[in-house]
Amino acid sequence: MNTRRLILLGFVAVLALLPLLNLLPEEHPLHVSDFLVSIIGKWICYAILALALDLAWGYAGILSLGHGAFFALGGYAIGMHLMRLIGPRGVYGHPVLPDFMVFLGYTELPWYWLGFDWFIFAFAMALIVPGLLAGIVGYLAFRSRITGVYLSIITQALTYALMLAFFRNDMGFGGNNGFTDFKELLGMPLNSGHTRAILFYASLASLVAVFLACGALTRTKYGRVLTAIRDAESRVRFLGYDTTRHKLFVFVLSAMIAGLAGALYVPQVGIINPGEFSPGNSIEAVVWVAFGGRGTLVGAVLGAFSVNALKTWLTSVAPDLWLIVLGCLFIAVPLLLPKGLIGLIRRRGETKP
Amino acid sequence: MNAVALPDGDSTTGLYLDGVSVVFDGFRALNNLSLIVEPGELRAVIGPNGAGKTTMMDVITGKTRPGAGIVRFGGRDLTRMDEAAIANLGIGRKFQKPTVFDALTVFENLELALKAPRGPIACLRWVLRGEARTRIERTMAEIGLTERAHDLSGLLSHGQRQWLEIGMLLMQDPQLLLVDEPVAGMTDHETEQTAELLVGIAGTRSVVVVEHDLEFVKALGSRVTVLHEGSVLSEGSITHVQNDPRVIEVYLGR
Repeated sequence: MNTRRLILLGFVAVLALLPLLNLLPEEHPLHVSDFLVSIIGKWICYAILALALDLAWGYAGILSLGHGAFFALGGYAIGMHLMRLIGPRGVYGHPVLPDFMVFLGYTELPWYWLGFDWFIFAFAMALIVPGLLAGIVGYLAFRSRITGVYLSIITQALTYALMLAFFRNDMGFGGNNGFTDFKELLGMPLNSGHTRAILFYASLASLVAVFLACGALTRTKYGRVLTAIRDAESRVRFLGYDTTRHKLFVFVLSAMIAGLAGALYVPQVGIINPGEFSPGNSIEAVVWVAFGGRGTLVGAVLGAFSVNALKTWLTSVAPDLWLIVLGCLFIAVPLLLPKGLIGLIRRRGETKP
Repeated sequence: MNAVALPDGDSTTGLYLDGVSVVFDGFRALNNLSLIVEPGELRAVIGPNGAGKTTMMDVITGKTRPGAGIVRFGGRDLTRMDEAAIANLGIGRKFQKPTVFDALTVFENLELALKAPRGPIACLRWVLRGEARTRIERTMAEIGLTERAHDLSGLLSHGQRQWLEIGMLLMQDPQLLLVDEPVAGMTDHETEQTAELLVGIAGTRSVVVVEHDLEFVKALGSRVTVLHEGSVLSEGSITHVQNDPRVIEVYLGR
């Protein structure tokens, strides 16, 4: 167990070094490119999303094919704040309204944009809105005892429906262009290397915090109730547990973590649009967790990093191949690696003398 | 819930069934069945297939409503209560197929079954205190799984899983335990141990065991009720029922 902790600590330390190495002069042999820092920053957010999904799926057996929706909602909430901060610096120079609203002929800010000029409010919304949506959908589904593939289909439909809704211009969220051209966050210009490093560290700290919190949760009796629900829900009900409440609790918590991941992601990539709701994104997240090893937190993080590394590499060498590889992973992992990479590593460890 | 305390002495303690009938589509699954199990008594119920053993269990646990008759436990009218209320009254039922949680250890399985607040927050904040730990350890000793405490229950043998399931029922403090064919598929040695376990459990709680295996019933050394076509054919010690000519005719003699 101690070696495991050391490996994790080393992993975090290496990640933490990257922004510092980025500050070295370019001709220095240890210099790390801007590209690498920003892409690893993205992967860290994906790893948080993977942890959220693993908590619901790997531990409680709730296979959500719509977690990308919670991620995107978190991103939109922070995106609204970033849009408000642009102020009069937009192309149209309107003191209050973002460019797309001026273009669409809005005369005043829609009511649901109120409050988003405060960071704290926007950040809270990035957690509350996904949590609320998960609460409503989860309550209706779990109460009716909808489980397994039916629940997966419902969550997939949810993210698809949200994508179509956010594509509409009159939703007031920028239509298919979404939000972009962000200028600053908390007084820091978003295009500076300094801010990039701060966002990177905020994401890394969040990943560590979420990882530790999820670990602590799974070690409580509540974690064991979730595992029991995953394996034999009706038996848990016979023991007197209201499984609807237990599943709802973890589903809402998971959605909020996904929202946090989205909120950290958007300032780093500088754009959010309805494409983030696309069903493929949610399925990719499931592949990360399955590939890394569901039901283990390390597996979820490992899966997010490794599959995204593969994706980044493949989309640069052979862009057409990526979707085929993703599809193959989706089929091959459950057949060949039911316990994911972590299962493979553990098996290796056991066979060694 | 209002307790219906009855003045009738016979029906205020233990399990009391009188004149119970259940009809499914014209088939009389239970026909004027009467049975009394005293508090702390161990009772074996045997009978050929279709004799009404499972239907009797279903009536007691509230899964099936009788068409006629009285079903009481500790003076409470069970025919007016639903399954959950009956379970909370202290009647636990062990089904044939063991369903323990394979991904949890023996200890954790029992901990989940322990009476404690059941909400998510309560479970998050749950800390295992001395008293609860002692109870779990006592139950583990009772079902003979102390040495397997920290093994995943998925690694247990079939017999041990059955015992763990009985242990999980015990954690819920039942006053009456209904056990359906506990030794099906067990080795001879496990069957013997199960008999010892059930004898040990009775005394502080009533236990009703439904079983086919006569050797096992002999090992229980308890009173035996023989059911046939939905009613009691014979009742008494195992030697008594074995020598009852009616029992020999319908059941043992074949």
